[in-house]
Amino acid sequence: MMNALEFEDVSFSYGEGDFRINNLNFTVGQGELVAILGHNGSGKSTLARLANRILQPDGGTIRVFGETVGEDNLYDVRRKVGVVFQNPDNQNVASIVEDDVAFGAENIGLPREEIGSRIGFALKATGMEAYRHATVARLSGGQKQRIAIAGVLALKPQIMILDEATAMLDPRGRKEIVDVVLRLNREEKMTVLMITHYPEEALLADRAIVMNRGEIVMRGAPAEIFARHEELLTYNLDLPRIGKICKALQAGGMSVSDTLDIQTLADEIAKELACGS
Amino acid sequence: MRIVAEHLTHIYNEGSPFEARALDDVTLTIEEGEFFGILGHTGSGKSTFVQHLNGLIRLPSSLKRAKKRKPKEGLPAPVLRVGDFDLADKKTDFRALRKKVGIVFQYPEQQLFAETVKDDVAFGLKSFADRKHPPEEGEIETAVREALGAVGLRYEEVASQSPFDLSGGQKRRVAIAGVLVTKPEVLILDEPAAGLDPLGKNEIADLLHRLHGDWCKTVIIVSHDMDEIAENCTMSAVFAEGKVKYVLPPRELFKHAEELSAIGLDIPLVAKLCRALSARGVEIGCDFTADGFVKAVLAMRGRA
Repeated sequence: MMNALEFEDVSFSYGEGDFRINNLNFTVGQGELVAILGHNGSGKSTLARLANRILQPDGGTIRVFGETVGEDNLYDVRRKVGVVFQNPDNQNVASIVEDDVAFGAENIGLPREEIGSRIGFALKATGMEAYRHATVARLSGGQKQRIAIAGVLALKPQIMILDEATAMLDPRGRKEIVDVVLRLNREEKMTVLMITHYPEEALLADRAIVMNRGEIVMRGAPAEIFARHEELLTYNLDLPRIGKICKALQAGGMSVSDTLDIQTLADEIAKELACGS
Repeated sequence: MRIVAEHLTHIYNEGSPFEARALDDVTLTIEEGEFFGILGHTGSGKSTFVQHLNGLIRLPSSLKRAKKRKPKEGLPAPVLRVGDFDLADKKTDFRALRKKVGIVFQYPEQQLFAETVKDDVAFGLKSFADRKHPPEEGEIETAVREALGAVGLRYEEVASQSPFDLSGGQKRRVAIAGVLVTKPEVLILDEPAAGLDPLGKNEIADLLHRLHGDWCKTVIIVSHDMDEIAENCTMSAVFAEGKVKYVLPPRELFKHAEELSAIGLDIPLVAKLCRALSARGVEIGCDFTADGFVKAVLAMRGRA
């Protein structure tokens, strides 16, 4: 498997304050879906911004599909690495959906016909075809965020980074975004980095990375990471609600596992209660 | 202050092509002392409802131009009272009302604007004050100190800082202090925990419980998070398509799982667990909080 994104000994600081990233190392394989967890201020977003060089590292090497990112290929890299941010209202630039989606593609100087076909592709991929001529301001939060994703897709990126892209949405909007991202990952083989606070979203990923104070402190399968409760707490992260219930039942003397699945837990509780009687 | 709303209807852009009926004959009473949860989808009318409560959206009859508008035939006149304030009456002192009913909007930290935390928190106090007798410096300082204390921040540490240098969670606290500074009796918060990390969410929930105990008599939260409602609220109302569908305590409300999912709402995790267990022949009676569930399961096991 080719590496889509590599960080090698990357360091960075904002110049003031004591936050810094030291010797950060990680790789994301092509077609992987990786979740990045961490409390606010742990360095998750800094990592996202370094990946497409909105921020420039102080030291180390960042490679996108094997190519070292530097001043000379900056714009090339930004086409390959698309970022979707938290607030949809800060990312929509035009008043009509198709103009908004076309914005990035127009700015890299693509021919008109090509832009047209990319808008079609991006709107189809995000399930927003019916809204091509709609007014952006009249869309719901989830729809606006899908337009933001479509705008990134129109650049045909190979890696998509979602920086808490669902945080400001209601449950319905959140599901819309997760569905789009999963489809892009599974069907279009898009490499995805998903920064999120929602355990249920992280559980969909192939792998998860936990950040704390600018360092990667945990790596592994998401379910395995959520099972390491005490360790999560030391990084100011909380266990998903269902995990807490498992722990409390265990503390009360029941033999249930550290599952994050409702049906599994229900099976185990039912079994235990039946055994007792 | 008891809140009584009867037959509230609100239509945005009435008579235009963008006309939208946000509230449709809403009747709802919120008793003093509740920790009240308002649930519903985006567009269900919940924000329109809470904006009525401190007169941000006024009833037509309370406006000066009320006389010119003919009341609609066949519809009973809307009633809206908050404590002794009659919000349908144009003689009502809406400034006094807004001091008593504070609204913290979604992402309140986006509304911070002043150079120092102290000035930001004091803004509401100064603007609500009697223009002829503005509060003295000492009074302002005391009020700001108390409001910051109520949200768990130390005056000495943050008062002279720029609000923009604080962390996300601290910014939100400062913004809430800016509403508390006028000592509201009713505190309304729209999605108070949205966008925070898990620990930040827990901190906000703890903060609201402290405020509910000794600062504001009534706390109203608008939320999409069913777990947040189940864990915290004493009473809840579900809005859908501009109408109130249910007014029930959460422990009763979440028994209506099917009806809630029919209007596109989720149920709390514990309610899902109870349903999964029920399908396996195990009936757990609990209040849908995590603690309550664990206790009920352990008690059943003890009896078995």
